[in-house]
Amino acid sequence: MAGITKRTTAFDDENLSGRSQKLYFEVTEEENYTYYGNHEVDFNKRTSIDCEGIDAHELNQKIRDAIRKGYGSIVIKNPGAKHSLGVGILNKLNLIFEGSLGYFGIGCIDGPTVRVNGRVGWSCAENMMSGKVVVENNAGSCFGAALRGGDLIVKGDAGARTGIDMKGGTILIGGNAGAYTGFMMQRGRIIVCGDVNANMGDSMYDGIIFVGGEPHSLGTDCVPGEMNEHEVRWLEQKIKNAEIDCKVPASKFKKYVAGRMLWNYDNLEPAEKKGILG
Amino acid sequence: MCGIAGVINKQKTVNVGEQMGLMLQGLKHRGPDSTGYAMYGTPLKKGFVMRFKISENEAEKVNATVDSPADLKNRKNAVDSILKKHGAKVTKESSSTPYAFRYIFDFKGDLTDLATEIETVEKTEILSIGKGLELIKDLGDANTVSNQYGLDKFMGTHGIGHTRMATESDVDIKSAHPYWAFPFEDVSVVHNGQLTNYWGNRRVLERKGYRFNSNCDSEIIAVYIADKMANGIELEKAMHDSLDELDGVFTYVVATKDQLGMAKDHMAAKPMVIYESKDIVACASEEVAIRNIFPHEIKTYDPYEAEVKVWQA
Repeated sequence: MAGITKRTTAFDDENLSGRSQKLYFEVTEEENYTYYGNHEVDFNKRTSIDCEGIDAHELNQKIRDAIRKGYGSIVIKNPGAKHSLGVGILNKLNLIFEGSLGYFGIGCIDGPTVRVNGRVGWSCAENMMSGKVVVENNAGSCFGAALRGGDLIVKGDAGARTGIDMKGGTILIGGNAGAYTGFMMQRGRIIVCGDVNANMGDSMYDGIIFVGGEPHSLGTDCVPGEMNEHEVRWLEQKIKNAEIDCKVPASKFKKYVAGRMLWNYDNLEPAEKKGILG
Repeated sequence: MCGIAGVINKQKTVNVGEQMGLMLQGLKHRGPDSTGYAMYGTPLKKGFVMRFKISENEAEKVNATVDSPADLKNRKNAVDSILKKHGAKVTKESSSTPYAFRYIFDFKGDLTDLATEIETVEKTEILSIGKGLELIKDLGDANTVSNQYGLDKFMGTHGIGHTRMATESDVDIKSAHPYWAFPFEDVSVVHNGQLTNYWGNRRVLERKGYRFNSNCDSEIIAVYIADKMANGIELEKAMHDSLDELDGVFTYVVATKDQLGMAKDHMAAKPMVIYESKDIVACASEEVAIRNIFPHEIKTYDPYEAEVKVWQA
């Protein structure tokens, strides 16, 4: 509670403790970080599911059934840009989509490694907690909305409001990004190898946006920051790991941060806690 | 929410009715209230094709009208006599429902005068007049409307369509999209979104003498674009202007006798996915609609904010 004093105004005499001032995480605390119903899977055990003629609910159920049987690698054939495919997977898994996804694809996931050999529609990987997602073509708007953790990679372009409201994790875009990228972002990092359209980082609270090209304009609260050596090395490694052919060297990237101290997110997100505890 | 779609086949006449039907059926979940098609067949060398309705298909009474057969007969006779009075000679006549008709007629007079007088007949609305444009809209999903009007074999170059979830006005035919830009031949529009300066713009256009048949905000886009084009402005420029002059969140698709265009607002708040190849361009609110005509994997993309695109047939 250090630094927080009782604030009295005409409207509010509540004692504001501040969420982030509470030390709610102890590394010694005994917390079970596995989900109920998690299954041990073998990545060498492989199966495929054909999405032709079945709806999202049925496909998602089939994925769960395969996980239950211990399959660690699942290939989805003919996804046909259907909506809400592969959502809510809270398990280690190697998931490959042989085609494009519609809206809300692979949302609310925690753990799997996903490859999409196609395009993704609006709100892909929304609320993702951990894991890795690689999209081979382009992504629609709200890519990685409210992202909490993990790596979200698109090799082509991403639409408007990429990383809106994100609270952790990394979004890496091989091409360009649309307007309002990083809108209201609270934590995490966005890397755009190409250009960014208008109002980048509008109303951002915290977090960092790295841009290889040029942002068309900065939104309210977004200001240029200074790159340090660690960040250059981190960028280099991230881009190399994602196998993105970025024409701009990491040292030439520009860094943008929040300009106003409206935040205090000193504590760790659940996904980060998991990282520490292994 | 609403779903919009458009398709244009470059220098080729195909079964565009089937293409649009498949795409719009794929968008049914975005708007189940009504479905509309604006399709462009081979342009007539002589005369015009007109689609009109003489009654309303009320939402509560699907496939039924509140008007008696005698009322409908009287209204149709009134339309026929107005056409005759203006010197229009009907060469072909057909109807799929008791309240909707398709006429092909030879005419050399003033189209605005004719259209205006036809619409003085009670409950009568011209859905479209053009050389190639045929606009069909009714309550129900894409398959329902297509079957009702026999659209699955419509041969043409391009078309646009709409599945409507009513938010701003009633569930009826007059509020269904697409909108024809009265009285300009062959201009039609479908729209997904909300326009917030509708009434101000409507008053400006009404003062110029344009009539609005509904209170639906989308209708203004068609009239706005047609007004600009009537003043010699290119379609693409008119669409760029609309991004600054129309306020709100919107994505719309517009078609003329040989062009298809799309525009997205500055906020990019409404979706659009585009597939382009050398033979065909298809755009829709969701990729799943385009995939109904291309079952194999295709490379698609989202246009960015304030983007305008126009394709030639």
